[in-house]
Amino acid sequence: MTTDNVIEISGLRKSFGAHEVLKGIDLVVPKGKTVVLLGASGSGKSTLLRCVNFLETPTAGTVAFNGKPVGTPKGTGGERSYSDRELRALRAHIGIVFQQFNLFPHMTALENIMEGQRAVLGRSREEAAARAEALLARVGLAGRGGAYPSHLSGGQQQRVAICRALAMDPDVMLFDEATSALDPELVGEVLRTMKALREDGMTMLIVTHELGFAYHIADEVVFLSEGRIYEQGPPEQVMLHPKGERTRQFMLGHSEFRLPHLD
Amino acid sequence: MDAFLSPSLAISLPALARGLVHTLELAAVCLVASLLLGLVFGVMRYAGGRVLHALAIAYVEVFRNTPVLVQILWFFFALPILVQFEISAFTAAALGLSLNSGAFSAEIFRAGMQAVPTGQWEAANALGMSRARVMFRIVLPQAVRHMIPAFTNRWIELFKLTSLASVIAYPELVYSAQQISNSYFNPVEVFTLVAVIFIALVIPASYLLRRLEARLRRSAP
Repeated sequence: MTTDNVIEISGLRKSFGAHEVLKGIDLVVPKGKTVVLLGASGSGKSTLLRCVNFLETPTAGTVAFNGKPVGTPKGTGGERSYSDRELRALRAHIGIVFQQFNLFPHMTALENIMEGQRAVLGRSREEAAARAEALLARVGLAGRGGAYPSHLSGGQQQRVAICRALAMDPDVMLFDEATSALDPELVGEVLRTMKALREDGMTMLIVTHELGFAYHIADEVVFLSEGRIYEQGPPEQVMLHPKGERTRQFMLGHSEFRLPHLD
Repeated sequence: MDAFLSPSLAISLPALARGLVHTLELAAVCLVASLLLGLVFGVMRYAGGRVLHALAIAYVEVFRNTPVLVQILWFFFALPILVQFEISAFTAAALGLSLNSGAFSAEIFRAGMQAVPTGQWEAANALGMSRARVMFRIVLPQAVRHMIPAFTNRWIELFKLTSLASVIAYPELVYSAQQISNSYFNPVEVFTLVAVIFIALVIPASYLLRRLEARLRRSAP
């Protein structure tokens, strides 16, 4: 097992009641690389992403973080048990950005970014505030730290949410349809922030419907269909010359996928 | 107006004032105790494991579905027989009123916390925060905003229910009024004054709570 992979998923299954959403996924996210999950809605890509930081508990299979499998085996069926303490420690190293931002509405932007640093990393107020200010400046929101989320645009809220995750100095960032809830004119600012992260060498696992963006940012594209990996490879291969029929249909179905440019 | 300034009422005023102080003491103790009970049992029902959850439901059902008057009488007359110790009228009234109001408060807390979107839990969990920290830093502060109107109603009700303590001779406002009225035969003046005192206290208090709610909404909607 190499430790060059931040995330190694093997044999991952997830059922909701009788409905099996993920039917055995094997996937690695190498350090410093960007992996993009594509697929129709219901294909399981968001569930897969949420299994990585255990917001959804896998039914079977393992997720290894920096080479170390999470949880302990429980019986023979591939089930594992996870302690609260272990999951909290894991989550502190994994940043996630949600479709609906999920900022804390009763805290200012700055307090949102400070909360995890204070509660989990035990940083002092001054240290946490300084880090938060620096991150806000990095995403073009210098001086907006005092604003409550309701006084920020969707794009600004999402950039604050990205800062909140980055403040924990995560080893990997997960993006769960981070731009799907945004007005079209606000999508660009969030995508640019994500692109800058990639250039800084951040390891990322991204679920998105922005195919043009996926093409430009991905080191590897993974196309999911009905809970399984249907096709995967470099974006040029999967998105321009798909081998599988379902992949081809998906790419054709997204007429807004115009290649190649991104401002 | 002349009737109101009758000598008998003037003589009654100090006793009524003492009664009012006792009413306020009882109300204050019950308000704080019912808030704490509501918080503890509300959190148990909202986020507790199987056992805590069941305990909280049992508490709420028992104390919400029996008349407060029965609870007060039970604590005053029945409990001392069962456990062999003296209980003061104040303690019996405070127990009955706090436990009853606590059951309603637990439901207010639960509903308030349930109104907080699950995305808030997810975001806080994803940072690696402990359950207690999520509860007290993220969920409860948001829930309180939703709960203030319900608590305003509850506290008005609680304040008025303190009058039930009169049945076990706790000398609060209504009991004092009864004594005075029996001595001076002036029920019109005395009970009208008691009603006015209740109104004069409840209306400004609920106004202040509305102001507080509006301010919380403005500061961070």
